[in-house]
Amino acid sequence: MKNVLVVDDSPMIRRIAKKILEELNFKASEAEDGQKALAAVASAMPDAILLDWNMPVMDGLEFLVNLRQMPNGAAPKVLFCTTESDVKHITRAMQAGADEYIMKPFNKQIVKSKFEEVGLC
Amino acid sequence: MSQAFAALQNFLLKSSGLSLDREKQYLVEARLNPVIAQAGLNNLPELVARLETDPTLAKKVTEAMTVNETFFFRDRAPFEGFRKAILPELLEIRAQRRRIRLWSAACSTGQEPYSLAMILDEEARRLVGWSVDIVATDIAESVLKRAREGVYSHFEAQRGVPMSHLVRYFTKRKDQWAINQNIKARVDFRQQNLMSDFSHLGVFDVIFCRNVLIYFAPEQKRDVLARLTRALAPGGYLVLGAAESVIGYSGEFKPHGENRVILTRRGPGETAPARGAAV
Ligand SMILES: C[S@@+](CC[C@H](N)C(=O)[O-])C[C@H]1O[C@@H](n2cnc3c(N)ncnc32)[C@H](O)[C@@H]1O
Repeated sequence: MKNVLVVDDSPMIRRIAKKILEELNFKASEAEDGQKALAAVASAMPDAILLDWNMPVMDGLEFLVNLRQMPNGAAPKVLFCTTESDVKHITRAMQAGADEYIMKPFNKQIVKSKFEEVGLC
Repeated sequence: MSQAFAALQNFLLKSSGLSLDREKQYLVEARLNPVIAQAGLNNLPELVARLETDPTLAKKVTEAMTVNETFFFRDRAPFEGFRKAILPELLEIRAQRRRIRLWSAACSTGQEPYSLAMILDEEARRLVGWSVDIVATDIAESVLKRAREGVYSHFEAQRGVPMSHLVRYFTKRKDQWAINQNIKARVDFRQQNLMSDFSHLGVFDVIFCRNVLIYFAPEQKRDVLARLTRALAPGGYLVLGAAESVIGYSGEFKPHGENRVILTRRGPGETAPARGAAV
């Protein structure tokens, strides 16, 4: 079973995302901001990260930049999952090394489609 | 089964090939109730009685009963097959003529032909000097209207569309995403019922006929497949939906390599197995 780390400051989003991921046969864990997510990946690198953009302490983009500099940090597929939904943000995410981009609100079909896109579904 | 239901079954079979399941009577009513109400009628028998004489109402009934679900790059494999197998082969076979014709034969809201158009755009460098037609048809004007507009909801634009394609081929308009003009211009949308003669569309190298024949009654399916065969150039390709096959309905096709939903037309010398035999 592949591991997905859900990084989002909203407990509700984390719960919904976890439920969808479990239905898609992933094992999901959570972190509530970029800093906590960095600690989580340092102890165990997941197969994929579902990443919010706007979070307190450390936002998603900063987390991603840090992640990609870690040993093994290139390995996990990173899928942004954010309300930011304009071409500028998507382009910045791509340049920072994101693998896919989900615009909120999302549903199971979209999550499945995007995880298929990165070869994990 | 009520008389009205039987009459409706008969109407749909003749007008669109659609086979109505007797067990699904409740579903039929749920779908037709809005049409009944909108026409100021009271029930199914009243609706059925009007079908013969009211073509506008008849069209609404057909549209209410057809499934329009679709998404970009649906099932992936057929589109990868198109890019990696079909297109390179056509570039060789058609090198003299330098023209390729594709048909999306039940295109719904346009995601299927636009997916093909995006692939052609990505492969543009190999297609310099070539002309590629994409003809996209459907029975329903309502879906064709949306297809021609090419504006997709937040959900539709994310389903099947990789972020790189979203950025490259779509433009955001409020909460929706509009397909860009260069992709739109590649597709020629036309109304066409598969039950009617479609020989005027000409001959194609590739026909995508996906997730439509699955709703047809056997006899209608056989008839459409026979005419699709004639609309396909020798050695042309027929691409089906993930759950579909022509086994038992046509002996004119054989699978193309590993991909079960991509078929090629048998050449004149190749004998077709008897009807019902595996292809
Ligand atoms: C489920 S959609 C398939 C869309 C697309 N080919 C795909 O695979 O995603 C089926 C479409 O077939 C159309 N259709 C149904 N009966 C038809 C007929 N007799 N002739 C042409 N189109 C028909 C419907 O209007 C609908 O848009």
